[in-house]
Amino acid sequence: MPNRSQIQARAAMMRVRFEAAGAQVVDPPLLQPAEILLDLYGEDIRARAYVTSDALRGEQMLRPDFTLPVVQMHMSEGAEPARYTYSGEVFRRQEHDPDRANEYIQVGYEVFDREDPAGADAEVFSLFALQLRGLRLRAATGDIGILTAAVQGLRTTERRKAALMRHLWRPRRFRVLLDRFSGRKPEPEVRAELLDDTDPMGFDVPMIGKRRASEIEARIEALREDRATPPISDNELTGLEALLTVRETMPFALEQLRDVAVDLPQITPALDRLEARIAALQARGVDVERLDFEAAYGRTSMEYYDGFVFGFYAEGRPDLPPIATGGRYDALTRQLGNGVEIPAVGGVLRPDLMLEIEEVAS
Amino acid sequence: MSLKLGVPSKGRLMEKTFSWFEKRGITLSRSGSEREYAGKVDGIDGVTLVLLSAGEIPRELASGRIHLGVTGTDLVHEKLPRWEQQVEQVSLLGFGQADLIIATPACWVDVDSLDDLDAVAAAFRKTHGHRLRIATKYHRLVREFLSDAGVADFTLVDSQGATEGTVVNETAEAIADITSTGETLRANHLKILSDGLILKSQATLWRSRVASYDTTDKQILTELLDRLS
Repeated sequence: MPNRSQIQARAAMMRVRFEAAGAQVVDPPLLQPAEILLDLYGEDIRARAYVTSDALRGEQMLRPDFTLPVVQMHMSEGAEPARYTYSGEVFRRQEHDPDRANEYIQVGYEVFDREDPAGADAEVFSLFALQLRGLRLRAATGDIGILTAAVQGLRTTERRKAALMRHLWRPRRFRVLLDRFSGRKPEPEVRAELLDDTDPMGFDVPMIGKRRASEIEARIEALREDRATPPISDNELTGLEALLTVRETMPFALEQLRDVAVDLPQITPALDRLEARIAALQARGVDVERLDFEAAYGRTSMEYYDGFVFGFYAEGRPDLPPIATGGRYDALTRQLGNGVEIPAVGGVLRPDLMLEIEEVAS
Repeated sequence: MSLKLGVPSKGRLMEKTFSWFEKRGITLSRSGSEREYAGKVDGIDGVTLVLLSAGEIPRELASGRIHLGVTGTDLVHEKLPRWEQQVEQVSLLGFGQADLIIATPACWVDVDSLDDLDAVAAAFRKTHGHRLRIATKYHRLVREFLSDAGVADFTLVDSQGATEGTVVNETAEAIADITSTGETLRANHLKILSDGLILKSQATLWRSRVASYDTTDKQILTELLDRLS
């Protein structure tokens, strides 16, 4: 196993390469306010991050990643366009797998640039490929923006679309919602009874808790409205299902997705962006004919990404986490920037894992 | 060396454990005064009784400081993430039955399932500006259960006792707690979600897989397990 100083030396070398590509070095604090992280990731983050606290600042987390502090720093003081690089420890609680590290070094590169999103996507991916040259890795790419566009363009109510969008990152729950909204799954009996009841609020238990009677009434009203809404059409549903199964090399994936766009025309602008990205990658010398694209890639693990996503995996080592991951996170900047948005793309590499697979190979 | 047996140090759990062993010809008792947490074992040689709080027994088993221990399934699952590798279930003792469940106010007529809870959590957050709070002391089990079910927009608030009261006091909107008859829940105007059963628990005798056993320990263990089965 590589030792700590070898890992740090490798990290420093990689950071220098990112500096050479025009990035400014940043060094965010190890302790991050827990509130923002909780707001962003929800309760799940408690299972993944170490929490500590003091009486003055309240709950703090040992940084589980760099993206959030780098975005915050850029939003408050950065000039545009900007490129940043960093290296340092991140901390992840491990409750199930003792072989996974709970503290490791990440090296990252983030680009904030409004001008040429396809170019910035390609720049990050190709710089990462360069850092990883010589290792036996498989690269996977995807684009959350295509699925988002498909859902937002469905011919159904805003409420249904919001419910689907909220669970875009939870495939099982997404499926349940889709089955319900398309009428494939019957309404649960208890619910039918409730909605048929002429006086659902005529119960004989006391009203308790912070959720008021008006909120219960509003939900019953919304459920009644939803019951009267026609199901999502078979065409759209077939389109969504076809979209999610696309798994091909990039140019073929684009071709298949263009076919899907016959049923789901709303994805066309997202496909144009994919096409521009393919061209930009090619211009940077990436062999797109051999680069995998999966439409469902990044749906389960990469919550804040909303456009291009990518990952590099060690061939023949399914036990290892990805060696590098990254993607576009425009929505995150919108959420943290109080309405101000800066298109952003970036990613992180794991020098420890790179050294480990190099050691095994030699 | 002797075989260390950990037993809850007070209350009905201790009494029922004592009588469960008694029926199998092994007499456990507290030595000395009521306040002293030392114990005595009659009817078998080479076993030492260690009286501990039920909540500490999982950790003691996992660290190998005791060889055998009696505590609830709920506590073992909550406190030991990889419990199968650290402890082995020897016997279900047939008492201390309780279910870890999720309950909401009974007046939430629009909520019956986890699906509903999730939808309500989203609306609640929009209306009140904070996540729907679920009071519990079983943080890990509840979080994993809800995450697996795809429930989002909730937050767990710690409650080490009188959890059923948190909803009336408006420090939580729902609870996840142990219940045996459901009576306390009803008295506090709460109802269990139809698919809100997280775990069925009962008092269980566990064997530590990590404790060290020398030849004599192994002999005593075999004899003890023989008599308990």
